Amino acid sequence: MASVPRSFLLLSIIPTILILCADFACCNTGRKTGDGLDTDFSGFSVPLEHSFEVDDVSRFRMRGALQLRGGRETSVSLSQSQLSEEDRKTLKEVAAVDGLYKIRVPRVSLTDRQTERQMDGYLTAFVRACSLVESHLSDVITLHTDVSGYLIGVSIVTIPGACRGTEVEDEVDLEAFNTTLTIIAPTNAPQPETALFIERMDIEHEKRGKPQEQKSFFAKYWMYIVPLVLFLMMSGAQDQSGGGAANGGGR
Amino acid sequence: MYRPSLVVTFTKKSSVKMAKLTSLFVILLSFFCISEAVFEDQVGKFDWRQQYVGKTLFAHFESNTQSSKKMFVATDKNIFASFNSRTGDLLWRHVDKTGPEGSIDILLLHGQDALMVVGDGRLLRSWDTNIGGLNWEAVLDTGSFQAACFVAIQDTVKLVAVLKKAAISLHYLSNGHQKWVENLPDSDAVQYQAVYSGGEEEVYVLGVVPNSHLTIIAYSLEDGEIIKQVTTLSLDLEVFPGFQPVLVSSQPHPARSPLSEFFLQLGPDHHVLLQLNADGYTIAPLRDFQPCVVSHPVVGGVSPCSGWCLALWCVVSPCGVSPCGVSPPQLYVHAFLKKDDSVGYRVLVQTQDHALTFIQQPGRVVWTREEALADVVTMEMVDLPLTGTQAELEGEFGKKADGLFPMVLKRLSSQVTLLQAWLAHLWKLFYEARKPRSQVKNEVTIETLSRDEFNLQKMMVMVTASGKLFGIDSKSGSILWKHYLENVQPNAAFKLIVQRTTAHFPHPPQCTLLIKDKDTGLATLHVFNPIFGRKSHIALPALPRPILQSLLLPVIDQDYAKVLLLVDDQYKVTAFPSTKNVLQQLQEMASSIFFYLIRSDQGNLSGFRLRKDLSTERIWEVVLPTEVQKIVAVKGKRPNEHVHSQGRVMGDRSVLYKYLNPNLLAVVTESTDTHPERAFVGVFLVDGVTGRIIHEAVQRKARGPVHFVHSENWVVYEYWNTKSRRNEFSVLELFEGTELYNSTVFSSLDRPHLPQVLQQTYIFPSPITTMEATLTEKGITSRHLLVGLPSGAILSLPKMFLDPRRPEVVTEHSREENLIPYAPEMPIRTEWFINYNQTVARVKGIYTAPSGLESTCLVVAYGLDIYQTRVYPSKQFDVLKDDYDYVLISSVLFALFFATMISKRLAQVKLLNRAWR
Repeated sequence: MASVPRSFLLLSIIPTILILCADFACCNTGRKTGDGLDTDFSGFSVPLEHSFEVDDVSRFRMRGALQLRGGRETSVSLSQSQLSEEDRKTLKEVAAVDGLYKIRVPRVSLTDRQTERQMDGYLTAFVRACSLVESHLSDVITLHTDVSGYLIGVSIVTIPGACRGTEVEDEVDLEAFNTTLTIIAPTNAPQPETALFIERMDIEHEKRGKPQEQKSFFAKYWMYIVPLVLFLMMSGAQDQSGGGAANGGGR
Repeated sequence: MYRPSLVVTFTKKSSVKMAKLTSLFVILLSFFCISEAVFEDQVGKFDWRQQYVGKTLFAHFESNTQSSKKMFVATDKNIFASFNSRTGDLLWRHVDKTGPEGSIDILLLHGQDALMVVGDGRLLRSWDTNIGGLNWEAVLDTGSFQAACFVAIQDTVKLVAVLKKAAISLHYLSNGHQKWVENLPDSDAVQYQAVYSGGEEEVYVLGVVPNSHLTIIAYSLEDGEIIKQVTTLSLDLEVFPGFQPVLVSSQPHPARSPLSEFFLQLGPDHHVLLQLNADGYTIAPLRDFQPCVVSHPVVGGVSPCSGWCLALWCVVSPCGVSPCGVSPPQLYVHAFLKKDDSVGYRVLVQTQDHALTFIQQPGRVVWTREEALADVVTMEMVDLPLTGTQAELEGEFGKKADGLFPMVLKRLSSQVTLLQAWLAHLWKLFYEARKPRSQVKNEVTIETLSRDEFNLQKMMVMVTASGKLFGIDSKSGSILWKHYLENVQPNAAFKLIVQRTTAHFPHPPQCTLLIKDKDTGLATLHVFNPIFGRKSHIALPALPRPILQSLLLPVIDQDYAKVLLLVDDQYKVTAFPSTKNVLQQLQEMASSIFFYLIRSDQGNLSGFRLRKDLSTERIWEVVLPTEVQKIVAVKGKRPNEHVHSQGRVMGDRSVLYKYLNPNLLAVVTESTDTHPERAFVGVFLVDGVTGRIIHEAVQRKARGPVHFVHSENWVVYEYWNTKSRRNEFSVLELFEGTELYNSTVFSSLDRPHLPQVLQQTYIFPSPITTMEATLTEKGITSRHLLVGLPSGAILSLPKMFLDPRRPEVVTEHSREENLIPYAPEMPIRTEWFINYNQTVARVKGIYTAPSGLESTCLVVAYGLDIYQTRVYPSKQFDVLKDDYDYVLISSVLFALFFATMISKRLAQVKLLNRAWR
């Protein structure tokens, strides 16, 4: 049980706590990804594409560029342009028929410097177009990486997420995206906390050991036992002297 | 019960009062635990176990007398067992390791000794056949096993010869010591196949040089010296192309020479009976048998099988016929001389459906063992139908109203029939009460099947690897129906789906078995009635393309059957049943039908949405690079699971709401890097509709096999810690927080905030083989985890112990909530074993089903054995105990009633008297 050193345990707890509250964090917050050994400070950019069509056939167009920075401090930022007049019209049409708004990013690795960063294929996610319209283009995009820094998934949600059918003034509300961007690396699952448990047990033992110096049974209760014994002896002596004959006859 | 150390952990502040409180709590807790065990008189009352051995490879009868009762089998499941030949009951059984390490190469029987070569010539074992004890075990030299035989010296069998690919060795029968070992000459060119001893001072080895000649070498018994070496020419016989001819001869006693007649198998079902002439050199063919099967250690037994009827032939003349069956691939005949010197026989038939049948003299089937049940692949439990009268009453509501008066008449008539049934039941009870108890038999037959009051008796539909389906009564364990699916590939994958339950009278319940060939991916459907096992005559959809995924929709057709969607490799969807009604419903709902596909070889998870024309569109994609990790398992939640409480009340009276996402998938991965320092197990929680990764955790320095359960708002998984070299349990719980986003309905599309994830890990002191959670009707009862251990025990572990909110330091709040303080080690208490001493060998899966009683969950554990029982995770809070004192309660009631009456009367008299005064 005691084989896990305490320092290791602490180390494993801290990132867990940090990353547990990842969903409250805003964009551009640094995240620790696994054991990224290569520190690449230059960063690189990948396209973020979106697609919204009335007939639900995906035709991805450029939405913006994601600036990714790998290494020990992974960070991400997004530069995106405004929606054009035509796009706004299409988006409202798609929202009217309950179509989907899809985004995609290419599969990349944040840490690999030697080999080709980009792999074939895309990571896709979607949100209902109506909720995007009704939230006035305020979306939350989350990028997920695995332990070795590969992007494995992307997700998009809008806040609020419901479609209530409220009217939206396109001129004011559908011009620019109000995007919150996060990148999340896997959390380290906790190990059994043996060291803390043993330490706590030791403290308990010490605490209990001092005040209660285990007295023997006799030492504790001598004040009851001595009178009792005396009383028994007295009565026994009386019996023997006085009622000895009667006792014998009775038996 | 608790170790004192745990009491210490409660009292951080070390105040005496707290210590008392906590110890009280511990005592209470231990009481709670004690009451879970089974009482002695309950053993076998609610549970049963059936033991199986698997498909027989070798079988022997005890001796050549008619009175012997024992027979011995060695099976493909690496089991050596003994049966009572009168009843087919198992006398004893030895379960060896699985896989090639424990495979049984040969079983030889002589007198009280059974000799076995195990693990491709690795071990030689001798067993005492009386009690099944091991006499001795000897480790053999390396080399693949070829043959073995007994060697007799002067009419007593003292040695056993083991022939390997390149060596022959002789061992003493008494203690297994090696007498001598000799290398075989020319073992590269010659295939040595047989070893033989005829009771002389020599042991012969037969080798074949393919397409050339035979070699026979004679070794001296004393020192293993080669006495002579003979090569002979081959016979001129036509052999089935691509078939290795097999010689079947019979040697009644190792000390004597074998019978002059022997069989040569030339094709899968083609045998020739040959006779060695008296001069010892020429061979004469006697008879040609085609098609037929020949039994192995036989005096004379052949079965010319017309339509797979079994007929026995003595070497020259026919001697018996037996009833038909599924084509028997193996046959074991035991022939003996009866008192009147006529030939008697007993036959053990191993058929293709893994049934083992024992047949006695005039073709009478004595018993049949369904050994297919040793390899159950999947199962479901189906409610039994209502009785006829109940069903009639139910049916009244389903029909259309046709006027008030007929309705009243119908109601009255059905109530009269109910009364009749009740009276008949009473009469039966009265009649049976007079009979002695032993005579009353509660035989369950398919006709008398009906649902009991609390729906505790169900039909277990089991699918076995051999392609045989069984319907088993869950109360008694008796097999009520069986159905053998022919032409099922041995590597087929099965998925059993209940499309319509028994609740929709008069429509019969309907189960669908999806059989998928693993190589081609092509699937077939078998639709049947789970109560009677009969195949339904429903038009099946044509499935020309490989099937990737099947999903059962909550949509029902006009006959109340749920719709099954099958997705093929071009992402086209086939609906079953595909009536007009269904297609119309599907079109209306298409935009809200989402499904996911997982390609674990590419690490690809993707989501699709159905279109109106039943094509699909890909809407999300998550890719886990296969260079880093591979997906080992994905589990969603069980569709019939109910969660009663939406949240947990905390110590400060606020509510922590559970994140109850019905579309959540738990994806478990293992790292491709197996180095103990770098290996990890990944747990991903992915929403199956939106593809959003809800949580992503990595358990470092861990590797599989990972067993996990996903239910309610939690995932429990078990893995091997490579650093500490131990098994560990981890629990993940998801909470929405103290406020619900949308309390009326859950939609994956509208849940923007990620849940809070709590996790804790514990050490588990045993490896596990399988895991499942209990399930009850309404989900009020607390949950337990049922953990199958390699020892065969099934542990019922309260979920309370796997709670990430177990506090490290006890506070007022946590005590209020009844949280157990955190301890890194998970206890295993023997009274938590739900199967007491009825161990389930090689437990492979556990199935849980709710019963009509909220407190009771039905459990079936299957593996080599099948064990059925009931568990009560929160004790039987809704049932009166067996020993409930009805007499006392009712007598007290009556006494009080009469006392009231009498005192009333007395008071009246007294009042009257006073009035007169």
